[in-house]
Amino acid sequence: MELSKDIAEKEYTTLNLGPTHPATHGIFQNILKMDGEIVVDAEQTIGYIHRAFEKLGEHKPFYQITTLTDRMNYCSSPINNMGWHMTVEKLIRCELPKRVEYMRVIIMELARITDHLICNSVVGVDTGAMTGFLHIYQWREFVYEIYEEICGARLTTNIGRIGGFERDFNDIAWRKIKHFIKEYPKSLKEFEKLLMRNRIFMDRTIGTGPISGERALNYGFSGPNLRAAGVDYDVRVMNPYSSYQDFEFIIPVGTQGDTYDRFMVRQHEMWESLSIITQALEKLEQLEDKTSFHAEVPEFYLPPKEKVYNEMEALIYHFKIVMGETEVPKGEVYHCVEGGNGELGFYLISDGGRQPYRLHLRRPCFIYYQAYPEMIRGGFLSDAILTMSSMNVIAGELDS
Amino acid sequence: MERPTIGDIRDALNAKFSGAIVSEEEQYDFTVFTIRKESLLEIARYLYNDEQFQFRYLTTACGIHYPSSPEPFAMMYQLHSLVHNVRIRFKTYSASKDPEFDSLIPVFSAANWMEREAYDFYGFRFKGHPNLKRILNVEDMDYFPMRKEYPVEDLTREDKDDTMFGREASGYDRKKLMKE
Amino acid sequence: MTDTNKVTIEKAPAGFEGPGFFATSLDKVVGLARKNSLWPLPFATSCCGIEFMSTMASTYDFARFGAERLSFSPRQADLLMVMGTIAKKMGPVLRQVYEQMAEPRWVLSVGACASSGGIFDSYPVLQGIDKIIPVDVYVPGCPPRPEQIIEGVINIQQLVQNESLRRRNAPEYKALLASYGIE
Repeated sequence: MELSKDIAEKEYTTLNLGPTHPATHGIFQNILKMDGEIVVDAEQTIGYIHRAFEKLGEHKPFYQITTLTDRMNYCSSPINNMGWHMTVEKLIRCELPKRVEYMRVIIMELARITDHLICNSVVGVDTGAMTGFLHIYQWREFVYEIYEEICGARLTTNIGRIGGFERDFNDIAWRKIKHFIKEYPKSLKEFEKLLMRNRIFMDRTIGTGPISGERALNYGFSGPNLRAAGVDYDVRVMNPYSSYQDFEFIIPVGTQGDTYDRFMVRQHEMWESLSIITQALEKLEQLEDKTSFHAEVPEFYLPPKEKVYNEMEALIYHFKIVMGETEVPKGEVYHCVEGGNGELGFYLISDGGRQPYRLHLRRPCFIYYQAYPEMIRGGFLSDAILTMSSMNVIAGELDS
Repeated sequence: MERPTIGDIRDALNAKFSGAIVSEEEQYDFTVFTIRKESLLEIARYLYNDEQFQFRYLTTACGIHYPSSPEPFAMMYQLHSLVHNVRIRFKTYSASKDPEFDSLIPVFSAANWMEREAYDFYGFRFKGHPNLKRILNVEDMDYFPMRKEYPVEDLTREDKDDTMFGREASGYDRKKLMKE
Repeated sequence: MTDTNKVTIEKAPAGFEGPGFFATSLDKVVGLARKNSLWPLPFATSCCGIEFMSTMASTYDFARFGAERLSFSPRQADLLMVMGTIAKKMGPVLRQVYEQMAEPRWVLSVGACASSGGIFDSYPVLQGIDKIIPVDVYVPGCPPRPEQIIEGVINIQQLVQNESLRRRNAPEYKALLASYGIE
């Protein structure tokens, strides 16, 4: 039997995925060229939430930029805030007391745990396992309570100051952090048991969306996505900041760079973060200094309000900082931290004025999302969805 | 293989590409080489392939605008050698109003979107880029917003009174700027 | 077992009761039914979307307001919840989603960015979604706490309950849509 010509000719379907789509967590568009159920190519359009952070950064003084950095990777905003503050501290050559650095490590690791928690549970949701998400999300709410004790906000925290924190952690915060360390592992183990060796989950995720180590490096991957591909690059180890060199932790590394590896790397990183927080709490006990929560940089650190209302010096500093009359050194500085998604870098050119001359944000999501078409080529549509959610693409970080 | 120093890199670049390095300075913990833009691609390729250096990771690339300088437009590239843990920064300047640089895509696939972003924000063209169109802004935008002469606000909005925000409403004349 | 003292039962509307029947006006019954079974379309773009995820999760439990089934298709949704910054690039998409929704439809603008552009007074950001679609309730905050989002939904529910059946055909409503250029 001979098929008529138009049936025998292969035609590709064009499928528009997004920008508003329940499965893409964030707004970005992919126009997929499909051969039946298999993805042949993808064309990406991003910028649906472009808010011009880099342009806004040229018009805002340093403390107002902290609020912008919150909203980049909003699942782990303390890391962004502290990365920015560390950049400015590098610019003004400010040294921090050890206690402040350990406290920063605790907050950053808590933020990393919450970021990986959301990403992994959403990978579960995309394979159909809604239970893991609902069960483990309560711990994210608990970490929000910890943030509220320290800085007052839940999600977009605006935490800390240039030189440290705005207030010392109170007893409730310490109690909650210790409670988190004690109780979260149980929930995490339950979550693991649900998915890690689950036949269905493994069949769906092993081999989907793979990328090799060399291609990942060439694409500028960083963070858990790169470590899943086999390259052990972690900014906390390569270029330690905030006393990370005092801590001992393992960098989990995958082999194939597929969705299962990314899930497992994030899972193990959550365990390592818990261990880092435990070590930080022990180290804080052993330090002699038990009271300092900020460095002495009066030109940049807003003085407490009681002093502002009662002391002349504090009043003048407060005025100078808020109005932007402080002298900022000139120069270019680049500082990077290990964000939830990888190397989050801040490139700051200062011309001595109250606003940066140029602020460039090295956003890990923006750089590794370029590789998405290469990762989904030849796979099924549902695997394409899973790959996207396992890469943890956060729209706020993708479009600055 | 021992860790290369900045001196090693400088000597190797001066030996292979004489005259490419215009200047060198230390900025905090980075060495910044200012290079001529014609040598950009070959320097990147050399540093990528050379076994002693292995700068195989493009950390970031961005455009910068210095309106008061004779060479107002610059591109900054940061390379990282993961094997030796050495980071280095290159800056290259252009004096023309529509600057054109070589695309680094043959060496680093990561440069694809970084260059599109620089085009979107500043209007830089990249020779050899397969898909140089706007990435973050609206496709039919007719100006390059990160250039210093443009404000951050959208001045076509009517509901905000600029005098209340301490801004001069008349500081930006679109038609005049578009004609230049 | 649930303690009936702690459970709030929806009050019946004013009407005339008799053996085996209850008479009230149609719009009250329809309002009551619609109010407790709104199907929202979560148009989540950025950080407010994560607070919406918190609202949906077990601590703040959005489902108890009848919004158990989130609809991602505008054709099947009543309530468009716009959460997060809307950029000018996204504007036409939002408009298209709104136009696809069938009457009666309500719009809840969650967050400072959706209500007025928020902290982003910059060129790519739409300074408020009410520039392109009519909005019923605004929830301020950056991001608003889940309790505030729930209060916004409760306000929508009150609008839903008290809406007259003829509202969508009334000349004022048609003039409102015409001012946005929507037929």
